Amino acid sequence: MVAHLLSLKWRLLLNGFRRSPGQLVGIIIGSLYALGVVAVLVFALFILRWAPLDVAAAAVTLGGAAAMLGWSLVPLVASAADLTLDPARFTTSAIPARELLAGLALAGFIGLPGIATAMVSLATVFTWSRSFAAAFGALVGAAMGALTCVVLSKVVTTATASLASSRRFKDISSIVFIVPLMLLGPIFAGVVSGVSESASFLIDLSEVVSWTPLGAAWSLGADLAAGNLLASLAKFLVAALTLAVLFGAWHFLLQRALVTPPYAGSTARKGGRLGLFRALPAHPAGAVAARALYYWLRDPRYAGSLVVVPLLPVLLIFPVGQSGTSAPLLVLGPLTAFLLAWSISADVSYDSTAFALHLASGVRGVHDRLGRALACLSFALPVTLIFTVGSVAMAAQWELLPGMLGLAIGVLLSGLGLSSVVSARYTVAVPLPGESPFKKPPGNVAQTIAVQLIGMLVLTLLVLPEAAILVWQLVSGTGVAGWINLLLGTVLGSVLFVVGISLGGRWLDARGPELFAELSANR
Amino acid sequence: MTDQGSAFPPHSAQPSGDPAPQGPRQIGAPQADARRGDARQGDARLPEPLPENAHVPALALRGVAKRFGGKIAVDGISLDVPVGSFYGVVGPNGAGKTTTLSMATGLLRPDFGTAHVHGVDVWAHPLEAKRLMGILPDGVRLFDRLSGEQLVTYAGLLRGMDRDVVRSRVADLLAALDLQQDAGTMVVDYSAGMTKKIALASALIHAPKLLVLDEPFESVDPISAANIRSILDSYVASGGTVIVSSHVMDLVQRMCDHVAIVAAGRVLASGRTEEVRAGSSLEERFVQLVGGGHRAGGLEWLRTS
Repeated sequence: MVAHLLSLKWRLLLNGFRRSPGQLVGIIIGSLYALGVVAVLVFALFILRWAPLDVAAAAVTLGGAAAMLGWSLVPLVASAADLTLDPARFTTSAIPARELLAGLALAGFIGLPGIATAMVSLATVFTWSRSFAAAFGALVGAAMGALTCVVLSKVVTTATASLASSRRFKDISSIVFIVPLMLLGPIFAGVVSGVSESASFLIDLSEVVSWTPLGAAWSLGADLAAGNLLASLAKFLVAALTLAVLFGAWHFLLQRALVTPPYAGSTARKGGRLGLFRALPAHPAGAVAARALYYWLRDPRYAGSLVVVPLLPVLLIFPVGQSGTSAPLLVLGPLTAFLLAWSISADVSYDSTAFALHLASGVRGVHDRLGRALACLSFALPVTLIFTVGSVAMAAQWELLPGMLGLAIGVLLSGLGLSSVVSARYTVAVPLPGESPFKKPPGNVAQTIAVQLIGMLVLTLLVLPEAAILVWQLVSGTGVAGWINLLLGTVLGSVLFVVGISLGGRWLDARGPELFAELSANR
Repeated sequence: MTDQGSAFPPHSAQPSGDPAPQGPRQIGAPQADARRGDARQGDARLPEPLPENAHVPALALRGVAKRFGGKIAVDGISLDVPVGSFYGVVGPNGAGKTTTLSMATGLLRPDFGTAHVHGVDVWAHPLEAKRLMGILPDGVRLFDRLSGEQLVTYAGLLRGMDRDVVRSRVADLLAALDLQQDAGTMVVDYSAGMTKKIALASALIHAPKLLVLDEPFESVDPISAANIRSILDSYVASGGTVIVSSHVMDLVQRMCDHVAIVAAGRVLASGRTEEVRAGSSLEERFVQLVGGGHRAGGLEWLRTS
């Protein structure tokens, strides 16, 4: 039975490669990325072979503990738990629990994160190949540690299965997860500087962690290398006990999950709250704008990009603090304008087959386009203006303000026009409604990449005039150039906005059914 | 493929309000002479735009065909749906029901053939045709991050309706469909039956003359189904036309006054329900026409006694 489960998982993994060439490209890119990370870590562990004992011990122990934390937390917040072997699917198959546990645990290693963890864990054996005993201890520790990672994540996902199946939890967790992801750079840099300043603290910390369930397995090699036989025996017991307790908990949870499927309830709400549908004009374009604004707030796929916006200044201020020059900060306004404008370039793809309502109602294409663009503009314009003024103020380069405003407004309006055309013509692979924004979307990845790249290239061409004048101002220092840019950005941007809306609208009228057919294929 | 309209059989081109039985002509076996008779009728109408009079069908399909890659999903279907009829389209899974209805309602462009709604060509004048139709497509998502009330309001405003009219109709529809208690709940949190009902409300908001419902009773509980049926019955009684697709034969037999049996992308029989079933039940007639059917032997080991 264990072999059956393993071969099933292996078959599922292989079948993932047997989709369209476009998807294959996406999978290969993902695999290469994972491979790169693994290679760096393995290389680092090889180098540690010659590092001082306490440094190597701290690195391995803390790294291992971090991996365990990751395995338990990531599936929880990303809703990205690997459910291909969801225990609920075996409810009807009458598999003995013991074999199911063993099979699912081992199958957890088949897949990118599992393989990566196993490889990196095994590399610690080389780190501790300072003596035979140490290497042996590291091998045992690596096996136990990696297995603990997998079982821990299974325990967490099984325990929270009913929680995670509630829509509200999924919505919130997938948005919250974006914050640490976005701030990865600053966090990483902070950790690096912390490490270089307080190496001795980390060594002390690893001493403590090595006695906890998180670090015990990973410190076996270090203790044996240092000759602490007694300590290593005690830590082996801690690690073994951890694994046993986790298996027991998982067994219990699985038994419960097999007989009580997850249930997600919700409460009824009376009506009477039309909100934006009452506030905006009673016109097809107004209705589309109201609907789009609700989606910006309520759909995690849209709300996720809203959460990113307030983080952008943080990301840009960070390098300023590091280097002392405020130049990068000036990018903030145009960058925000670009991100927000481009975010509706996949609007129809995000609708998925719900677009049928627009098609069936005979909404005119131009109204559809206008509503979506105005919804985005209604908050993107204030944000762009505030960010531009704010960044210029922080950089204390007031003479650049009109020119920067011109560029930012130009990027925003031209971008919205371009997005209106792109989303009327091309569908791209996006997560389906109700799925996590991080979920690998079905559909044509190759077309998605092509549309994104070419679209950004075209946008660069469209805002070239504004960019050129800004450069002219920077080079020559003429203040009047800035005012020209403000005028040009507003006028040219508005023209491109209108052209984009009407062209996109015409394409939508002509190709609505074909667009819908593409959406139906992707659902 | 171009002359599908003449090559394939029968539609009962029955003028509305003509209760006289058309006899077993196109009903019995859809064979040679019946085919020729009907085909001539279809051909005569094909080139001309349908004249505006009382005998214009609510929906007229002529030789509609669609191919997906190598598979022909709809193989030249011609159908007339009389005004004021309650028309059932039945067929096995994959028969082409959804594809046909999508082409009739402007969601899927046909490779060949035409569709007219009350005389308006759906593919030449889509906006005018869509004003006459209310559609409940099957297997299509809704804008489910809106509350039920907001979704129906959205459907009304999208059609350019006046806000006050929309508001009063939304209230009426929610009351009629027994959704008032959940009017403010997001559609994503609705049960399957409630989702079907809110989609039906969105299709009814503009008071269409023709209602096209793809599998309206799938995963709907009996109470909601009875609720939907009574609304549809009174809609038909007041002069509206309803087309439903289904594979619940019993339901179609009880509910619909006209029926078309579709299989493998063609119409096998069509006409008044009692004529199509010709004495037997619709289900028996369906199995007989479509073929396949019962195979009792071969599972002897399954007997437990």
